Amino acid sequence: MADLRTEFIGIKSPNPFWLASAPPTDKEYNVVRAFKAGWGGVVWKTLGEDPPVVNVNGPRYGAIHGKDRQLIGLNNIELITDRPLEVNLREIKQVKRDWPDRALIVSLMVPCEEQSWIDILRKVEDTGADGVELNFGCPHGMSERGMGSAVGQVPEYIEMVTRWVKKHSRMPCIVKLTPNITDVRKPAQAALAGGADAVSLINTINSITAVDLDMMSPSPTVDGKGAHGGYCGPAVKPIALNMVAEIARDPATHGLPISGIGGVTTWRDAAEFMALGSGTVQVCTAAMTYGFKVVEDMIEGLSDWMDEKGYTSVDQFVGSAVPNVTDWQYLNLNYVAKAVIDQDLCIQCGRCHIACEDTSHQAITSMVDGARKFEVIDEECVGCNLCVNVCPVENCITLEPMAAGSVDPRTKRTVEKDYANWTTHPNNPMAVKEAAE
Amino acid sequence: MIANLPEISMTQTTAGPDIAAGRLSDDAYAENFSDLHPLLDPHEALVEADRCYFCYDAPCMQACPTSIDIPQFIRQISTGNPTGSAKTIFEQNILGGMCARVCPTETLCEEVCVREIAEGKPVKIGQLQRYATDHYMAENDTTPFTRGAPTGRKVAVVGAGPAGLACAHRLAVHGHDVTLYDAREKAGGLNEFGIASYKSVDGFAAREADFILSIGGIELITGKRLGTNLDLAELRAGFDAVFLGIGLGSVNALGIEGEDKSGSLDAVDYIADLRQADDLSTLPVGRRIVVIGGGMTAVDIAVQTKLLGAEDVTIAYRRGQDRMNASDYEQHLAQTSGVRIMTWMQPKALVAQNGTVTAIELERTREHNGSLAGTGETVTLPADMVFKAVGQTLVQTDLGGALSLEKGRIVVDADRKTSLADVWAGGDCVLGGEDLTVAAVEDGKIAAESINAALSA
Repeated sequence: MADLRTEFIGIKSPNPFWLASAPPTDKEYNVVRAFKAGWGGVVWKTLGEDPPVVNVNGPRYGAIHGKDRQLIGLNNIELITDRPLEVNLREIKQVKRDWPDRALIVSLMVPCEEQSWIDILRKVEDTGADGVELNFGCPHGMSERGMGSAVGQVPEYIEMVTRWVKKHSRMPCIVKLTPNITDVRKPAQAALAGGADAVSLINTINSITAVDLDMMSPSPTVDGKGAHGGYCGPAVKPIALNMVAEIARDPATHGLPISGIGGVTTWRDAAEFMALGSGTVQVCTAAMTYGFKVVEDMIEGLSDWMDEKGYTSVDQFVGSAVPNVTDWQYLNLNYVAKAVIDQDLCIQCGRCHIACEDTSHQAITSMVDGARKFEVIDEECVGCNLCVNVCPVENCITLEPMAAGSVDPRTKRTVEKDYANWTTHPNNPMAVKEAAE
Repeated sequence: MIANLPEISMTQTTAGPDIAAGRLSDDAYAENFSDLHPLLDPHEALVEADRCYFCYDAPCMQACPTSIDIPQFIRQISTGNPTGSAKTIFEQNILGGMCARVCPTETLCEEVCVREIAEGKPVKIGQLQRYATDHYMAENDTTPFTRGAPTGRKVAVVGAGPAGLACAHRLAVHGHDVTLYDAREKAGGLNEFGIASYKSVDGFAAREADFILSIGGIELITGKRLGTNLDLAELRAGFDAVFLGIGLGSVNALGIEGEDKSGSLDAVDYIADLRQADDLSTLPVGRRIVVIGGGMTAVDIAVQTKLLGAEDVTIAYRRGQDRMNASDYEQHLAQTSGVRIMTWMQPKALVAQNGTVTAIELERTREHNGSLAGTGETVTLPADMVFKAVGQTLVQTDLGGALSLEKGRIVVDADRKTSLADVWAGGDCVLGGEDLTVAAVEDGKIAAESINAALSA
């Protein structure tokens, strides 16, 4: 069995699966259950200054469901912990004492005043917790009070607060980033500049999950009104993966440890985040949907996959996909692929045809010699992959690269074996200009 | 599956036929004759609807005799619009509710569903259709159509079965005045008097007929039978057009000795009695039943007598099981209900004592060079009731010799027009039909459009 032990900015955990700062990590009771279930670490739900915040007493969550009530996306308007600071600190201390092999990070959010941070850091340090995570991500409730994503959206504030934290504490410091920003690289750079040991992302995305058309109110609806919440769960994973990759491949932040968050539901999701540079992953929605037991398959599945691939420790593949994340302009324009439909697997639904016919390149037949048959017309196929994606049968349609030297029936051009990209393409005005100079 | 079978009487002798009512408890009758496929609940419907791939040029739609836009109506269920879904169905098939219950979907839409091809589990199209149409009929008293502006043209529709109802409704949509005649005391035809009870519970056939007639412009006159108190020549004289949806009025005989004896019965008559019975416990049923035939009616009578408490029910069919007209699904239903299917058996004689059937003598058959022949080897099965379910025929004399017939059925063209310029026909009485409710609906619909075109010309 592969070794899943993780050392992330000096913090050790038996596996890379941490619970994110959220309702599942609000209390000793929950966290102990999580550790018993096998979670490698937790980020304790965000602590703030006393008096504690209050939450709404109506619905805190909204969701997007599949037809069989699969939970696809979850939205919440819950705030940071609403329990007294002293109670949380006492429990954190106890849990760390009882579970010394697990990672225990404490999430923090206090006003942007140096003394506030000095005060809370002192208290947290006293618990023996392994590190702190600065919550610069929460998009609702706290942001209106100048905290959470209100800080995360201003790189200068991130740098300032991070600097205070590093100045007044010896604890490792993770800065949690908000996705509600145009370029996630800027806050990551600011965190690094402030001395952060790592970043974690993504926090939740501003969202309204649905509108109740009878009440004419966004849902979840609290007494006839709704407020935007933070979106998470499987639906946000692609957004999170991109943001993780952006930071991982940015020369300014390359090598900055990342704790990946956003829709991690399975071991495979975790492996993908790790391949894009995440040293650990944080999970919330999957646990809130299925309970803590989900970690068992995450551990088993990742371990089995590593065995299959010959990895003996997680650091052997963390970041392995980062070199292959590039910009569009560097993609090989001489790579030519065509869709191929496996007629033995085809169930004749015709979705590939109508998708291509109505919305793309008219490259798939519906009838051949008077019979219902779906075949790719190579003369028209641009290799866009839409048919592959809409086909209900896995592996029925595949995109097959053309061999160098063969002739693309669409363009009538010979497929070149050499790599060539947009930067040198004759249609690129910039390329022409460069050549002229 | 079958509740509360009677205890086998060990003292039964050959003293006479064991035919009795009230073999079961009230609960057992209720359970045995409950809905074969209960209505999907909303969540089930959403999940099932989500299985539909919304195929391009969908095979299911092509397989539907009434060309219902199946992917569209399923998508409408999926998007939370069952009312719109029902409208899509009724647009093509105003008897969509009954067809959802009785169509042999396994040989029509569901047979060609790409999910059937992919995984052997088609989308439950019939049950989804019922979900939508039941929803609509629960929410609305009338069809989604309104009667067209009166044209002043009069059409006689003879037979208020599926073909006649569909024809009358479509004619009313076009604004023609329809007089709808039926020989029975109420509308519905085989929907009301023929199909198995567990396929149409809670008086659905009557509710559907009322629903269809609610469009207005259709006068229903019952107790009028063509050839008895209704005359085709008079109808032609009194109306601008006539549609005949008269079904098959007579039952084929076995042509064997003893057929006239008590206990030798027509399956369709017994089924009609069963369908109209207010209290099933008053319906006498034999302990040992033999059914002759291999079609849907044979299965319907066999299963229903079993459900009424018959102890030993056998279907005897003269060829192999693969040749039975009853679908695989129906055969399966019969066998899982405890009905025995004996194949390669033809009736030879009914054995009677004191004028009452006590047994049937069957002869084994084999096929030689494509023709069926008895082997001479016989088997005698004790029987309290023998049901004939070997097909029905058109009573030709009812038509007064005015129409072209072939193979005992009325000849019609693609527009369901007969050899007479002002007479159309559809349903089981015409040649080339499939003897299905849904096919009859399509006949009525096509004929109505053709009549409308002729009257509007």
